[in-house]
Amino acid sequence: MKQNEERGTGSLLRPLKTIGFVLRIPQTLRYPFEPKEPAPRYRGFHLNDWEKCTGCGNCAEICPNQAINMVEIAEIQPKPGMKNERPQLDYGRCCFCGLCVDICPAGSLRLSRDYFHIHFDPKTFVFVPQDDKTDHEHFYPIEQYSIFKASLTHRRQDYEGFSPDLNFALFDPQRVPMKEVEPDKRVLSFVEQVLGYDREEARAEASRCLECKLCEEACPAHMKISDYIKAIYEDQPAEALRQIFEDNPIPSICGRVCMKHCEKACSLSIRGEPLAIRWLKRYVADSITDYQVALEQKTAEPSGKKVAVIGAGPSGLSVAYFLSLKGHKVVVFDSLPGGGGTLRVGPPLYRLPLEAIDKDVDYIASLGVEFRFNTTVGKDVLFEDILKGYDAVFVGVGTRVSRSTKVTNSDRAYLALPFLEQNKLGKPVKVGKEVIVIGGGNVAIDVARVALRLQHIQYPNEAVVTKVVSLEDWDEMPATKEEIEDAKAEGIQFNPGWGPKEIKVADGEVRGLLCMKVKAVFDEAGRFNPTFYEDELMFLEGDMVIEAIGQRADFSFIPQQILEKLEFTAWGKVKVDENGMTTIPGIFAGGDIVNLNLDAVTAIADAKVAAEGIDKWLRRKTT
Amino acid sequence: MNGTSENKTSGSSRELELYFGPQHLGMVGNFSITLKVEGDRILEARANPGFLHRGFEKLMEYRTWIQNFPMVCRINVIESGSMEMIYSMAVESLAQIEVPERAHYVRSIYLELCRVSSHLFGLWAYSNMLGFDTVAQWAMYHRDLILDLLEELTGGRVYNIFIWPGGVRRDFPKGFEDRIVETLHTIGSCVPDYNTAFFDNRIFYERSKGIGKITQQEAKELGATGQTLRATGLKFDIRKVAPYAAYDKVEWDVPVREDGDAYSRILVIRDEMIESVHMIFKLLEAMPQGPVYNRIPNPFKWKIPPGDTYVRCESSRGELGLYLVSDGGERPYRVHFRTPSYTNGLILLEKLLQGASIADVGNIMISLYVVAPEIDR
Repeated sequence: MKQNEERGTGSLLRPLKTIGFVLRIPQTLRYPFEPKEPAPRYRGFHLNDWEKCTGCGNCAEICPNQAINMVEIAEIQPKPGMKNERPQLDYGRCCFCGLCVDICPAGSLRLSRDYFHIHFDPKTFVFVPQDDKTDHEHFYPIEQYSIFKASLTHRRQDYEGFSPDLNFALFDPQRVPMKEVEPDKRVLSFVEQVLGYDREEARAEASRCLECKLCEEACPAHMKISDYIKAIYEDQPAEALRQIFEDNPIPSICGRVCMKHCEKACSLSIRGEPLAIRWLKRYVADSITDYQVALEQKTAEPSGKKVAVIGAGPSGLSVAYFLSLKGHKVVVFDSLPGGGGTLRVGPPLYRLPLEAIDKDVDYIASLGVEFRFNTTVGKDVLFEDILKGYDAVFVGVGTRVSRSTKVTNSDRAYLALPFLEQNKLGKPVKVGKEVIVIGGGNVAIDVARVALRLQHIQYPNEAVVTKVVSLEDWDEMPATKEEIEDAKAEGIQFNPGWGPKEIKVADGEVRGLLCMKVKAVFDEAGRFNPTFYEDELMFLEGDMVIEAIGQRADFSFIPQQILEKLEFTAWGKVKVDENGMTTIPGIFAGGDIVNLNLDAVTAIADAKVAAEGIDKWLRRKTT
Repeated sequence: MNGTSENKTSGSSRELELYFGPQHLGMVGNFSITLKVEGDRILEARANPGFLHRGFEKLMEYRTWIQNFPMVCRINVIESGSMEMIYSMAVESLAQIEVPERAHYVRSIYLELCRVSSHLFGLWAYSNMLGFDTVAQWAMYHRDLILDLLEELTGGRVYNIFIWPGGVRRDFPKGFEDRIVETLHTIGSCVPDYNTAFFDNRIFYERSKGIGKITQQEAKELGATGQTLRATGLKFDIRKVAPYAAYDKVEWDVPVREDGDAYSRILVIRDEMIESVHMIFKLLEAMPQGPVYNRIPNPFKWKIPPGDTYVRCESSRGELGLYLVSDGGERPYRVHFRTPSYTNGLILLEKLLQGASIADVGNIMISLYVVAPEIDR
């Protein structure tokens, strides 16, 4: 009770203590005349940078309240790796948690510090956000901004709140590193450089996929990438293989040498490393020893129709696969001793071993496709005879003739394709100690890296060097970045921005290459038309020159009177219709002789179209 | 009611059934009590939950592991921190996720800030209910200062959505430590004012002393935790008993009182706030540098191995528990929360109201620190 009395004591003057509070500064804000500034991290209305946004839809996918819908915006042109959809917010549902910000792979979606919206029309709460970069109408500079008008259509400029931070992103921007043979070891032989993912690595890498499917739009063959990546993540490689074979019958090849348009479109690549889609495809192909057991594919009832395929490259193999599934009898002709076409003789062994090719080819053969290797059309069997003996013909001969620079003494230079081909067929060329490679594309890099390996094999423990001369500078070199980096790591010397002028020959021996400085590679119209500074010269010493400046197709196997009827496009490509048929009825075409991408996966895409077309053509004739 | 009519004949004076809430000024929220009174004495009280049932536990079974994280804080509107913490703890324990060292400190500091803001809110409710409007306004203002800090740290004022599995969502902004210290000093300098106007005020003392009194034995039997238990003299605090975050990294004390009545409970709350402030200062000093977040797996493919776990933490109201079951899928199989307001509001309250005066209903209820949304999940 004593405590109680103490508590009760106090003088009459005690209440006067409160008078002191009169003099204190009031603690309340006279809102809205004294506005309260939200914190820099405030989670208010959304901002979306339409230029950065890819329309991937991850924000809509993660939203716990389904407040986000992807809506098509007519004024946005969809580009590869980008949809013309943008997120639409329903502020009746949004809880401003900001998960959409943390999942946004492009980093385009942010939250602002605006949080006022008062309106009689509930429809205005459904809103497609933009930011002040693209929307100049509704964002006001601070001096024109008024809190009394504040709404979704009256917002402040430069008022970003909760913004993306890669360290706290919900996706992993880093890919699982790929094990490779070290550069100093791999130059000594043709051992395969990339070792491939093991099961755990593949699953970890597959788990990064956000399933936005931008890659599937970018893939020329529109493979079901996110489905097979998901199957890998779920540790079902056989299911993944079935998904792959829907659109691509050569995964072992494509898993190694695909030009991976998909990875360029991957939304993870915007702020991090793209998903290793190609290596995951390779993992599937490698981890399954017997495709037949995993796929359990059955061909349809025999149709009684016969189709000839000229060329066992990616397009030829794919056409053969798709058509044999439909029950047609397919015979494939190729001059090489095995399948793969350009891929058999082009990509060096350290990138594409022959076993990898044969695995895919053998499976296609197991479906009943007849391969006639070592058979050159036009020589061993005549094109006219094929036309007569088969119900349809598919031509997928590729571009197999190397172009030459035609500079002085260019007859002393080797050509890229024969050089690569001889090496792959087991008859390696005797190389010099100082090799000069002309060209800046992937083939040139292949040639240089093969030459370097041959140098190390043929001159062990001696000083050897391989140099690359390209018209294009670093930034415009057509070879892929990783190829250039790998080549650099192996010690290949690059001379970008120089053009060949003359191959110097003395006493019957090649002495080197005289180069001149490039002014511009392309003309104003963007066409390939190099110009040079004639007086700025450089001499590269060397005892061997290899030209790798491009390839062209060879149609000499087609008799003149038929060739005359074959139409070509302005780009020099064979003209085909939407069914893959050329201007000659019954003759279809695909691959490098048709498309401009000049890669395997586009050839497969052509083949898919052509296979459908051929099937339609054959069935139309029967009815 | 049958019982009422029977009592009517047996009682000496008229018995009434009185509905206290949910539309009642003295009510803590969407909650009500049915009182059977005789004169102004309560014969029997029945708590009626269910006005705020949002089905969170069921809802969580339909949302992915990450989608649940912005939602759990809504179970206790007043203190979002401990709800986020308990969910993250459960997920981390099921999915075997490590949390970086610094994140533990950030979590602890954030949780203590939430605790202080929650206690200030409780102080507002208590003083407001008893008619101490000035104190109520002070408490609300000081809570707002802490909300400013939380807004700066997390981007939200009430639903902070800050602690997530793997760590916390963002690190401290630049100079944030200084602003914490500054704000807490501002609030701390007003403790004497609070004492004079409220805690040591004779009117308050008379109104709360001996009200809603329980013994330690009863408190234990009825499942009371937090202030209610500590006000009976038992030093029981999950932060000490089963330390999580960084609570075992610094020295601090568990404040207790002996009497077990409403007055003791509110004094425990006051002492706890002061202890929390001191703890924050110590944590700020001991906090290491480094990352605050270990990346969780891709949320679209995140599956947690089958298993179940029970985790507990000390919320501002007592022991908060979460039983979480995973069947190996992308969503929880079953979620169950053990919230302190549940025992306090449904079991303890009914017992303490027996024999109490009508005027003390709100008094007892708020001293038990009942938050209606915690009861209805």
